[in-house]
Amino acid sequence: MLSFIGRSIIQKIVTLFFVMVISFLIIHLAPGEPSQVDPLNPKFTPEMVERFRKAFHLDEPLHVQFVYFYRDLFTGKTVSWKDNEPVLKKIGERFLNSLPLFIVGTILTWTLAFPIGIRSAIARGGVYDRSATFFSYLLYSIPGFFFAYILILVVVNAFHVPVIGMKTFGFGGVSVLRIVMDRVWHLLLPSVLGATVGIAVLSRYVRSQMLEVEGQDYVRTARAKGLPSEQVHYKHALRNALLPFVTMFGLMLPALIGGSVIIESIFAWPGMGRMAYEAILARDYPIILSVNFISAVLVLIGTFISDLLYMVVDPRIRL
Amino acid sequence: MKKGDRHTPPHTTGMQEGPLAPRESRWQEFWRLLRRNRLAFVGLVIFVAFFLIAVGGLALTSGTKPVFDPAMVRLQEKLRPPLSEPRLEDLRPAEIPTLGIYLLGTDDLGRDVFSRMLQGAWVSLTVGFVAVGIAVLIGIVMGGIAGYFGRNPVRVDHILVVFIVSVGAGLLMGGVFWAGGVLLVIGCASVLVQRWWKKARGKQSVPPVIRLLSQETFSIDTLIMRFVDIMLCFPVFFLILTVVALLPASMYNIMIVIGMTSWMGTTRFVRAELLSLREQDFVTAAKALGVRDWRIIFRHMIPNAMAPVLVSATIGIASAILIEAGLSFLGFGVPPPHATWGNILSDGKRFIFDAPWLTFIPGCAILIVVLAFNLFGEGMRDILNPKLRERY
Repeated sequence: MLSFIGRSIIQKIVTLFFVMVISFLIIHLAPGEPSQVDPLNPKFTPEMVERFRKAFHLDEPLHVQFVYFYRDLFTGKTVSWKDNEPVLKKIGERFLNSLPLFIVGTILTWTLAFPIGIRSAIARGGVYDRSATFFSYLLYSIPGFFFAYILILVVVNAFHVPVIGMKTFGFGGVSVLRIVMDRVWHLLLPSVLGATVGIAVLSRYVRSQMLEVEGQDYVRTARAKGLPSEQVHYKHALRNALLPFVTMFGLMLPALIGGSVIIESIFAWPGMGRMAYEAILARDYPIILSVNFISAVLVLIGTFISDLLYMVVDPRIRL
Repeated sequence: MKKGDRHTPPHTTGMQEGPLAPRESRWQEFWRLLRRNRLAFVGLVIFVAFFLIAVGGLALTSGTKPVFDPAMVRLQEKLRPPLSEPRLEDLRPAEIPTLGIYLLGTDDLGRDVFSRMLQGAWVSLTVGFVAVGIAVLIGIVMGGIAGYFGRNPVRVDHILVVFIVSVGAGLLMGGVFWAGGVLLVIGCASVLVQRWWKKARGKQSVPPVIRLLSQETFSIDTLIMRFVDIMLCFPVFFLILTVVALLPASMYNIMIVIGMTSWMGTTRFVRAELLSLREQDFVTAAKALGVRDWRIIFRHMIPNAMAPVLVSATIGIASAILIEAGLSFLGFGVPPPHATWGNILSDGKRFIFDAPWLTFIPGCAILIVVLAFNLFGEGMRDILNPKLRERY
């Protein structure tokens, strides 16, 4: 166990180093420079560009830039090129905005996907199963932005509530309940959209996992000795089918920082995804690289946690 | 590749008494099972229809005088709903739509949405197929190497040569021609020297320096699979967005970038399949006959490992189409004069309350095509996997 932990930590650090190198190279070898973004801006004189290049070490060779950049990142001194704000502070603020979307989306996904998947596995081949299958494919295939516009049209026409942004602007002086409801309405649509693909995929996965277990010998034995079918399904089958999902807690971690670029830009939600999108538009390399770095770290931690959890939950696994 | 004339699978050449060839060929069996799986069959039908429409659309909308002109601007006819008649008195003869009717309406510049959709179908089709083609190609080669040669070690001198050559190439690209050229020459020369050395010296005792150079470090399998792990660390859509935003906008860049970021799944499938196939008797037999390694991989093993690859490729096309539409929606897609379903929708979203067809027509088209690919892919997964088949 300890040797596994040690080995995988070393392996992950090496992986992380290469991720750092590759993302740095992608950004810096691509044509175009941040100083060329705005050639028509009269404030951007050649002297300004020169000062800018000096201030951010852009005139150094690439490997020196690499060392400078990650030294600054680890000491928390990296600043955005656009507004000189510390990157970590900006990411922190945006992260707090994305967090509610993530939490509500995850709760929706997990509470809906499991009942749907389990029920369609138990009643497989039936009308419920077939329609659930079809709808999960439908949700999986629908382009997120198209679905977002359908939902906006429906909600705005049917309930007459504003949904764009995090809250209604200038909504002071009304009762607390109204403000809370306003927040809930604004939160609802983006989180439903964030959850749709998750619900579709997870419910299919639950279903196939459940079917797998229902075909096992011990389930047949349980049924043969005359147990009521509820007990067979929920006690013998379900508990074993749930095993792989424990690992998903780890794999969920990267979604924390991902945020959805498309959904956040449709709903004007000032979250992580939109910040990354704006950074790409402005060629704000420090933010792009920091977001990339943090999400790579989260992916690695996530896989590590899920491996560990799997070992703890399933004694048959020996890594 | 035609499946019919492939070498017969091992189980049909058994030495039982009397020929026991299966009563139906693989294709017949596949077709029979597909007909029974109604959703997958509908998926295939839509897939074929989409293919024909896209090819027809390319033929009808390209050239100097296309049958349906997707770029014809008629400002006096903007935002007409679907199936509306053109106002003939306002139009010059060249501007009258070919069908005599705006089948799917017009957009905010009075362009015929029907012909724009036709043009966009080809973009979606090529982006899907080329991107997945690239991904599958990389995946098969990487997975094939990892699965077949995986146990071979990488030696210190290999690493050195690769390092020298890549630094040389990097310097050349970075503009340092002299040093880069010298390094490249040294790298290539050392490869040649090594080959000569191997031939000339044979199995004599070697000096310690050479022994150090041929020290074994890690296996090829480790190398490739760690690279897959590295690629999996990147947030995919974000990476694609970054690269597409930095590169000049073009359709080919998008295809290549989507392809280069989605080969990891295929590599894993192919590697896993090859690892199990490598232990089977027909591979041993081929090796005993002296068949070359690459021929064993591509002629004997890959065809047997194709089932999961085909399934993931079909589903991959669906997700590539979705990614392209998403990029177009964000404004990073195929550059503007060319219509794609994503940018028709993205242009139309400003008029969502006045002209909902500009949102719904491309949206539904993307949905139907992606759904068809997903249904067909999933159906194929059930059909090609006998273990799953019996359960339904």
